[in-house]
Amino acid sequence: MSNNWDAIIVGGGHNGLVCAAYLAKAGRRVLVLERRHVLGGAAVSEEVFPGFTYSVCSYVVSLLRPSIVRDLELAKHGYQTIPLECSFSPLPDGDSLCRWSDGDRTRREIARFSKRDAELYPEYGKAMGQLAAFAKPVIDAPAPKPESLDPRELISLLRLGGRLRDLPTDLRELELKLMTMSAADFLDEWFESDVLKAPMSVSGIIGTFLGVRSPGTAYVLLHHYMGEIDGAFRSWGFAKGGTGAISNAIASSARSHGAEIRTEAPVHKILVEGGEAKGVVLQNGDELRARTVISGCDPRLTFFGFVGREHLPTDFVRDIERYKLRGSSGKVNLALDRAPQFASRPEPGPHLRGDIAIAPSVDYLERAYEQAKYGEFSTRPYINAVVPSMVDPSVAPPGKHVLSCFVQYAPYHIEGGPESWEQKREAFGDTVIDTLAETIPDIREIILHRQVLTPWDLEQEFGLSEGNIFHGELSPEQLAFLRPASGWARYKTPVRKLWMCASGTHPGGGIMGAPGALAAKEMLRSRAL
Amino acid sequence: MAAGTLAETWARGARLLPFRAMPIPTPFHPRTSEACSSLFWKEWAGYHAVRSYDTCHEREYYALRHAAVAIDVSPLFKVDVRGPQAADFLSFVTVRSLRKLGLGRVTYLCWCDDDGKVLDDGTVMRLGEQHYRITSADPGYFWLARHARRFDVELEDVSGQIASLAVQGPTSRDLLQSVCADDLSELGFFRSMQTRLGNLECLITRTGYTGDLGFELWLPATSAVELWDTLFRAGGPFGLLPAGLDALDVSRVEAGFILLGIDYMSARRCLAEHQKSTPTDIGLERCVQLEREPFLGQAALLAERERGPAWNMAGLVIDWEQLETLFEAEGLPPSLPTAAWRGGLPVYADGRQVGRATSGVFSPTLKQNLAIGQIEAAYGQLGRVLEIEATVEHKRHRVAATVTNRPFYDPPHKRS
Repeated sequence: MSNNWDAIIVGGGHNGLVCAAYLAKAGRRVLVLERRHVLGGAAVSEEVFPGFTYSVCSYVVSLLRPSIVRDLELAKHGYQTIPLECSFSPLPDGDSLCRWSDGDRTRREIARFSKRDAELYPEYGKAMGQLAAFAKPVIDAPAPKPESLDPRELISLLRLGGRLRDLPTDLRELELKLMTMSAADFLDEWFESDVLKAPMSVSGIIGTFLGVRSPGTAYVLLHHYMGEIDGAFRSWGFAKGGTGAISNAIASSARSHGAEIRTEAPVHKILVEGGEAKGVVLQNGDELRARTVISGCDPRLTFFGFVGREHLPTDFVRDIERYKLRGSSGKVNLALDRAPQFASRPEPGPHLRGDIAIAPSVDYLERAYEQAKYGEFSTRPYINAVVPSMVDPSVAPPGKHVLSCFVQYAPYHIEGGPESWEQKREAFGDTVIDTLAETIPDIREIILHRQVLTPWDLEQEFGLSEGNIFHGELSPEQLAFLRPASGWARYKTPVRKLWMCASGTHPGGGIMGAPGALAAKEMLRSRAL
Repeated sequence: MAAGTLAETWARGARLLPFRAMPIPTPFHPRTSEACSSLFWKEWAGYHAVRSYDTCHEREYYALRHAAVAIDVSPLFKVDVRGPQAADFLSFVTVRSLRKLGLGRVTYLCWCDDDGKVLDDGTVMRLGEQHYRITSADPGYFWLARHARRFDVELEDVSGQIASLAVQGPTSRDLLQSVCADDLSELGFFRSMQTRLGNLECLITRTGYTGDLGFELWLPATSAVELWDTLFRAGGPFGLLPAGLDALDVSRVEAGFILLGIDYMSARRCLAEHQKSTPTDIGLERCVQLEREPFLGQAALLAERERGPAWNMAGLVIDWEQLETLFEAEGLPPSLPTAAWRGGLPVYADGRQVGRATSGVFSPTLKQNLAIGQIEAAYGQLGRVLEIEATVEHKRHRVAATVTNRPFYDPPHKRS
């Protein structure tokens, strides 16, 4: 069985699967090894409570590259999306703000809080859309290599510089502000209404251990304008059947090209001999050899968990030690007996068919961060909730619903150490329910089942080091040619024949698939296998 | 669902204002929804607007050209400007000096960004010594407010509070006179008058978007239904019909009027520079008063005058015989849609594209096939024969189109 495979991919997350599909499509013999019984990593659907399918971790999709959808024929393999109709922000005072895809409707909604903001809102959207259009090619190509003198690299850098030069001055200025400012400061330059700014600013902090007033968070606002579904920019969608359905579609495509995918096949370590990856050893002792090994796990788990420091250069070890994971969020999934009734809009109307942000003010969000800075979870956290069963009845029994809550802040480094999350899990869950009850008064009476995932659980169960949902923070110092470490942003590693293909590489996290696709293309281009 | 029930549904919805589905009803909705037997609606600035009350707009169109129609134009945006510097302010933000606009006068104009690119067009009416109202197609309140800071003015967005009804057509004056206390023959073209219609206080302007004799009525939204009833009780002898946007669209092309979002794009919404237009590009050069105190876009427009315009907004009359020949070749009689089109067609000359027609219609009144669009200035002289794309039986052809003066239709009774 030795050297039977061209590539073994460690981890059946969506990026590992995308990488496998591209390599298999190019005729390579690929084996994917997944520790759990289901595929998808954090893009996973599970029936945790009978009749209810939870998107256990990630819950919406936007950034999945359209080229991947086309190349892997994902629609044919069962990938379907249903767009989110709105962004709904219930407020504790009984009012609420709903931003719709319909511009006139949104204008009227915002005008109830600020006429000025209402009319500026489309201008903001236009400016961000234009910047996203500028930045988009960056996420569809390997990270630039500013230290290289290779003419190809220089040309692509020049091209990037040229495109920056062609941007109108006001947009160039905006780009610089985005890279340096905090989300709250950046939005202050545009809008006056806290009710509007708060739910907008949270795009800047999702998955990071920073607050909306921390510099550098503005950039991630832009990240949220780069999404694209069915040719419509900046739109977000539910995956039919939950986010696991995306992973299953990719897996189906990969299998159709001949890839082999095994679940319940936990890897113990990556075999390194003479500075070269030779294969993997499974936890059951089996040794599987391949011409290359590709890690679909985050950089810390890959290098310190599977490879071992002894096989790595000192500088690189230092860089990976410095690489910030700092998980800051948890997930609470609820099975509900009926649709949630918000005090502000009790009817099961279209406001439930999008995302729901518990983010009543910028101060509220910053206060939530304050607690996390000092090792506590927020007693009033930011919650991003969705009710996918409103638009996709396949995930709950008729009339019943799934309420999926992304919760921030839940710091991995909690007082008492990360292990102490075991004792704090239910208290954290209660906090989330208490917070929800402020806008859904009878929430407690309709909960049939609750699943609470702390950052500790995300690490232990899903292999996300420190519970970081993006395999490392998406802050400017950890992006592009610095992701995960300077000099190693092109999917290669200091261990020969060991490659990376997941969210800890350029262009980063989210159900994007780009790292997996770019890694596969880079390997094929450089004839690595 | 019966029409009455629909109106009731809306009334229920109105109590839940923020939660109701979009679009929302206009103040005339209880009456327009009763009359709209076709259920043929479209969305206009977030409001329900009737396209045609009947399944075809023709009856409404002929009523407009030969009798009178009432068109609900409440979705227009309206901002009131008050204060000692109201005229100075409006002269700064628009392309025209309004310092000499007399009391009770109305003027049509456009406004530009700093680069002289048009943001919107509309009317300004002077309602009092220090009181003006500006109407527009896009929401413009905040844009105005942004520039109002250094002026002693107060702005109020009255879009939702003021209902507006266009009463247009050759018998419109006689109809309104039959319910109006004041003498409407005194009300000249582009003038306004505060008067009573039936029991209602109402502002009347002699304006419109049809190229016909016509008026626009402005009054508090709460009185809209009563105004409608007053007019339709009196309207029989004058041939009054409610008309929708399809009939309006035919008449506005005949009148050669441009439409924001169709014939040009607001600079605020454009993603690429070439999508923007100067006033000259869209045929509004006559609105612009360049030689005066500073106003928004002035420097850019002066520079454009030096350079000469790049585009002309041209009227085009499309050759009928050539079109007929194309149909004949397919063994068919010529047939054209009766509604106005706004899809956009390329215009050619010297073997290359020199412009684009953005709206057009076969005019039943003029018996001509008309289009309006932007043509490179070098090709825009009156009488110049260009070519426009024509599709017959899914096959593309080019037929001759002659550059013509706008308005195509300009009857003497419009100004009488």
